[in-house]
This record gives sequence, C-alpha cells and structure tokens, in this order.
Amino acid sequence: MVDITAAKPFYSVLVLAFFCSLMVAGAAVGLRPLQEKNQELDRKKNILLAANLYDPEKPIEQLFEGIETRIVALESGDFVSLENISPQDFDQQRAATSDEMGGPLADEDDIAGIGWVERYSLVYLVTSEGKLDQIVLPVRGQGLWSTMYGYIAIEEDLTTINGISFYEHGETPGLGGEITNPRWLTEFQGKKIFNQDQEEVIRIGGKMGAQEKIHHVDGISGATLTTDGVDDLITFWFGNNGFKPFLRRLETNGGIIDG
Amino acid sequence: MAETKTELIARSIFRRNPIALLVLGICSALAVTGQMATAFVMSICVVLVTGFSSLIISIVRFQIPNSVRIGIQITVIATLVIMVDQFLKAFYYDLSKQLSIFVGLIITNCIIMGRAEGYAMSNPPIPSFLDGIGNGLGYGFILMAVAFIRELLGFGSIFGMEVLKLTTNGGWYVQNGMLVLPASAFFIIAMIIWILRTLDPEQQETD
Repeated sequence: MVDITAAKPFYSVLVLAFFCSLMVAGAAVGLRPLQEKNQELDRKKNILLAANLYDPEKPIEQLFEGIETRIVALESGDFVSLENISPQDFDQQRAATSDEMGGPLADEDDIAGIGWVERYSLVYLVTSEGKLDQIVLPVRGQGLWSTMYGYIAIEEDLTTINGISFYEHGETPGLGGEITNPRWLTEFQGKKIFNQDQEEVIRIGGKMGAQEKIHHVDGISGATLTTDGVDDLITFWFGNNGFKPFLRRLETNGGIIDG
Repeated sequence: MAETKTELIARSIFRRNPIALLVLGICSALAVTGQMATAFVMSICVVLVTGFSSLIISIVRFQIPNSVRIGIQITVIATLVIMVDQFLKAFYYDLSKQLSIFVGLIITNCIIMGRAEGYAMSNPPIPSFLDGIGNGLGYGFILMAVAFIRELLGFGSIFGMEVLKLTTNGGWYVQNGMLVLPASAFFIIAMIIWILRTLDPEQQETD
C-alpha cells in the first residue's frame, strides 16, 4: 500500500479532515437560507394544523393570510408593538435567552423545564368577520429527551382546545414520538383547559375520575414521561407565567382584540 | 475479477445481494420499511452514499495509510451522509422530518463500510463506483420488497394510496397489526432470503 513513515497517517487524516469539514460547512452554510424557509413554512403549517385550517390542496402562505400575528407582553397580558421589531421578525426562542426580552425562571416556577422564558410572545389570531374565532399560542416544554415545540389553538371561549400540534421534538420514535400522531392529537379537541374558577385543571394521562372527562386526555402508552412533559407544558403556558394574564385580559375586554 | 459494467451493478441485486447473501444492513431495513415512500427515499440516499463513498475511497486508496483506513472511510461516509441530510432538509423538508434519525444512521449501515473495505480499497474508481451503486440498489430492492408487503398488508395502501379499504375506514380489510411493527421485517427478509437461495442454490452455505 503506502510507504509508512510515522508521520504519514497524521498528514493523511489532517488533509482529509480539512476537506471533509470544508464540504460539510459549505453545505450547511450554503443551504441554510432554504432550510430556514422550510422551517418557517413548517411552523406555519403547524399553526394551521392546530387551528384545523390546514388544507393540503392550498398553498400554506395563502391559508396563512387569514391569520393575524401579534405580540403580547406575557406579564401584563397586553398587546404591544415593540420598537423596531415586527411580529414577522420576532424570534421568540432567542428572546427568552436575551437580557432585554427574557430571563431565567425561578426553579419553583419552571414547571415545563424550559429554564428561560421570554417577556413577549407571539400569538396568532384567527378572526372571522371581525370577531375573534380562535387563538393559536406557541408552547414548549421538556419531554423525556428533548424540548418539544408546538402550538395550541383555543376557541373564542378561551378555554376549549380546538387543536394542538408539535413541530419539533426529539422524543423516541414510535413511543414519545407519537405526540405528533394525529389520532392522539384529535383527542384534545373540545377538552377544556380551565374549570369554572379559572384554574388550570386539564390533565394528560394518569388517573382521572369520570366526571372530569372534559378536562382529561388519555396518555400514550409506553411514553409516560413524554406525556407528563406535555401535561407540564400546558400547566406552565396556561398558568400565571404563561398566557393566563393575556387570556384573562381578553376575557374582560369581551374578546375585543384591539388595544 | 473481470466483470462487465452491467454485471457489476446487476450481480448485487440478485446474486450477491448485500442483505440477502451477505446479511448486512438489516438494522435499517427493519426501521424504515413500514411505508414505501420512506423506504424509497432511504434507498435513494443509500445508493448515492454507497456509490460516492466507494468512488472517493477508491480514488484516494493509494494515499490511505493502512493503520488509519477505517477512520478515513468513516470520515468520508459521514461527510456524504451529512450532505445528503442537509440537502433533504433544504429541498424535501417533510421527508427529512419523517426519516429524521434514520438518515444519520446511514453512517452505521454496514453495507457502505463493507463495500468500502471489501471492494473500493482494492479496485479502480469506476468499477468501485458501479459496485457501490449496485449494492445500494440491491439494498433498495429488498427494502422496497419488504415495504411493499408491510404497507400493503399492514396499512392497506401502496405509496400512501389506498388499495385495500380498511375496516377502520369503513372498508372490509382488517389491517395486520404485526406487519406494522418493525420486527415483522425479520420474517419477511428471512422469507426473501429463503426464496432467493432456493432459486439460486449457489447462494446456499454448506455446513
């Protein structure tokens, strides 16, 4: 084969590693704009899926035109217009870990295991004839292995789930990965998140009395820890650190979305 | 070894199929054969990766020091797999989401290493390339055959199109739950091996 000198393997490996890293880096950088566009489309598709508005026959951009994207301040629950940032350019996940727009969560508040939370969140409003029809809220939380990212659409009564979807997760395929299974996700439809006293009572998996069926979704067998994660993320995002102030504010405004 | 070019490609599909005769690459054959569409994309990815990794390794085979050859082969294969993954993410995002971890796992597909080590290291580039393509096709052939049986009897469809109307959908066909599970691919692959070795007794191993 080759004349072996002691240094030869090192040179070969170095040269090879150099070329391979060039190619990998080239592909990653060169294709990034396309990939980001795809991810953006995928997010929009999942928003539509959560709202039950997705139609494979029609282009996603066109379907998305009926949805208004706004930014809310989580703590006060008010719609805000941020200086220099349009809702289209607002990167929510980056906002959570930035100093101006987010901050770390105290351990006892960190139900969903996300560590950092943003002060502002995107919300997607589905209106029909000027009236609020649905709100799609972005949620995320720790599953068994990964952070699960998804959307929850609630109806104009601000408590009934219309749909839910997950667009990114790293759970075990076939077990926790079943959180993207449409058959399981349709179980959420019509379930109520809050009880009459406006407490977050919905539970995913685990034991539940029959009278509370409206607040209960069956878990996924073989994926208890992932299902617990879904339960926790709903608890967090519909709690006081999440969208609860926003939803209460909307309710007192009688569903009027300007302001 | 003096095969013609067509022989180099064709022999790997039936006579020297990497899955059926060499019994390599079984792991991914279990995982991605539930549906024909995913099996098809996986096959194309593997054909590309085996072809080009064999080509590249064969071109530089005189420069590869014996002591680090496995590491170098793996690096070349890994680079190609990452590029395939990046391309899928850029152009076929939905498919790449479905295949998710399996594309990354092409790196560990024994067929690719096997061809690199067993053929490309000691043969010129063009035959190596064809041998790689052929083995990829052989792998794809078994994958598609298994996926055909599993999707047809397990889900009642072919390439996602309904063929047998399922009872859950108001039809007459009760789906076979076993074939939905990955382990069923074991039985199907075993039967394919049995058929191939009966048709072509040369493949039978003597004790």
